[in-house]
Amino acid sequence: MMDVIKNLSDTLTLANRIIKHNIRSIDTLITVVAMPVMILLGMVFIFGGAIQIPGVTKDEYINYVLPGILLITIATGSAYTSLRINLDKTSGMFDRFKSMPIAKSSVLGGQVVASVIFMLVSIIVVLIVGFIAGFRSDATFIEWLLVGLLIILFSLALTWISIPFGLAAGSIEGASSFSYILLMLLFVSSAFVPVEGMPKLVQIFAENQPMTPIIQTLRNLLDSQSVGNDLWLSIGWMVLIILISYIFGLKAYRRV
Amino acid sequence: MNSTVLNIHNVKKSFKENVVLTNVNISVKTGSIYALLGANGAGKSTLLKIVTGLLNSDGGKVTIQNIDVADNPVAAQRLFSFSSQNSTVDGVLTGYENLHLIAKLRHKRNPKKIAEALLDKFELTDAKDKAASTYSGGMRRRLDLAMSLVGNPEIIFLDEPTTGLDPKSRQELWETIKEMKSQGKTIFLTTQYLEEADYLADQIGFLRKGEIVASGTPDELKRLAGADKLLLVVNNYQDTERTMKLLESYSPVKRGDCEISINLDEEIQTTLNVLNTLTTEKIELKNFKMITPTLDDVFMTLTRG
Repeated sequence: MMDVIKNLSDTLTLANRIIKHNIRSIDTLITVVAMPVMILLGMVFIFGGAIQIPGVTKDEYINYVLPGILLITIATGSAYTSLRINLDKTSGMFDRFKSMPIAKSSVLGGQVVASVIFMLVSIIVVLIVGFIAGFRSDATFIEWLLVGLLIILFSLALTWISIPFGLAAGSIEGASSFSYILLMLLFVSSAFVPVEGMPKLVQIFAENQPMTPIIQTLRNLLDSQSVGNDLWLSIGWMVLIILISYIFGLKAYRRV
Repeated sequence: MNSTVLNIHNVKKSFKENVVLTNVNISVKTGSIYALLGANGAGKSTLLKIVTGLLNSDGGKVTIQNIDVADNPVAAQRLFSFSSQNSTVDGVLTGYENLHLIAKLRHKRNPKKIAEALLDKFELTDAKDKAASTYSGGMRRRLDLAMSLVGNPEIIFLDEPTTGLDPKSRQELWETIKEMKSQGKTIFLTTQYLEEADYLADQIGFLRKGEIVASGTPDELKRLAGADKLLLVVNNYQDTERTMKLLESYSPVKRGDCEISINLDEEIQTTLNVLNTLTTEKIELKNFKMITPTLDDVFMTLTRG
């Protein structure tokens, strides 16, 4: 029991260190918080007027696009998680921590906790800007709760994906490159426009990749609609992502 | 206080087919400085990683105060601290925060007090609230050493502590390391610099291609390269020939037209006898000096062999 408390306290101590890193880096704040806000405002006030989606009025486009923006926010955050992990590897901080009398899990654990907290904070900022820009939701308390849990699960999944990349990459540039794949997946999904309008091949891809069911679930929850199978499909995808990255992540961590 | 704190016994390590360490044996006494000397790629960092529990060995055993590092890493890690090659301070955090972080991770009662005391001791108090990335190389190394001292470890491992430092900072760091020793700490460091090992170490181990090829005190190692020599410089060739004859019993070696060297087994007596003989025979000396082999000579001898 003492060990559990000690591990938890070490994890939080190390998470606190990474949070300081994030707060003190203007570059991180701009990319992770300001960028998604700009994309949101851009989509709503610049492109939004030209995008016509059946059953969605122009004023409601922000409701359509917000779930996708939330996922973009988390995806950009994961690039920085990977970067911080890579920096700790190349600078020797991992060696310093791993040679200390602490549970080795708390070193990665601190990164995970800090990453998820940072992602959630930027999600809150984006949500607030969304409300100011006209986002409205009919969701009940339970639906909001589910939205919250899905966002946390997605943050965890993308945090874990970033770990093996951050540990394996030889340089900072390489560490965050995987996040472009995540962003590409988000663009080729129902984040901004329905997949029905895409060329057949792209449509098949968009419908069957993990981002689309997650976005659909969030969108339907926020709109107080039934979510059907998408909820289970989303959870399945995210658990699968976490499991696979966990295995590769720990393998890479042992080699560092 | 002459007990062994660290014992490395028959440690082996290979990466695939590449043998990095073959049967390394080292023991380090409490309160001493041990220098592991070797060129780049000799296996110094690999050995340190095994000793500090960051890497598993393929065979052999490492104990710190009789605790097996591989079997019980956390218990062993309570007894030491380790600074890896690039000074491992957190550049984003301030000097104070770096020390506070380590003190908290070592679960010390009063991390604030410990941090303040170490900042003071290492003359970093003025810079304590500045990000460590703004520190000079010497300051970063001092902070690194201060972090190593948090929690009063029995033994401190330093991987190439002065690599990349300017001569002044290096000298200062040497003094700091000596001071740490005088306060009873055991220090195990790796270095590529012979003069560093010579200046700091009580015991030196030469690591070459994963093997300890020689070990001992700096003096013992220097004796490996031969005894001290006396160099005599005379005025002309005739004097050289005469001196050679007169000093025949000391088996002199001619090193040029006017230079003769003599191996000194009993330094003072031989020197006096030689000078006496030359004075009586009225052979004028242009110059004379004692030559002590340096660790460089040892290094040359060993790498030749």
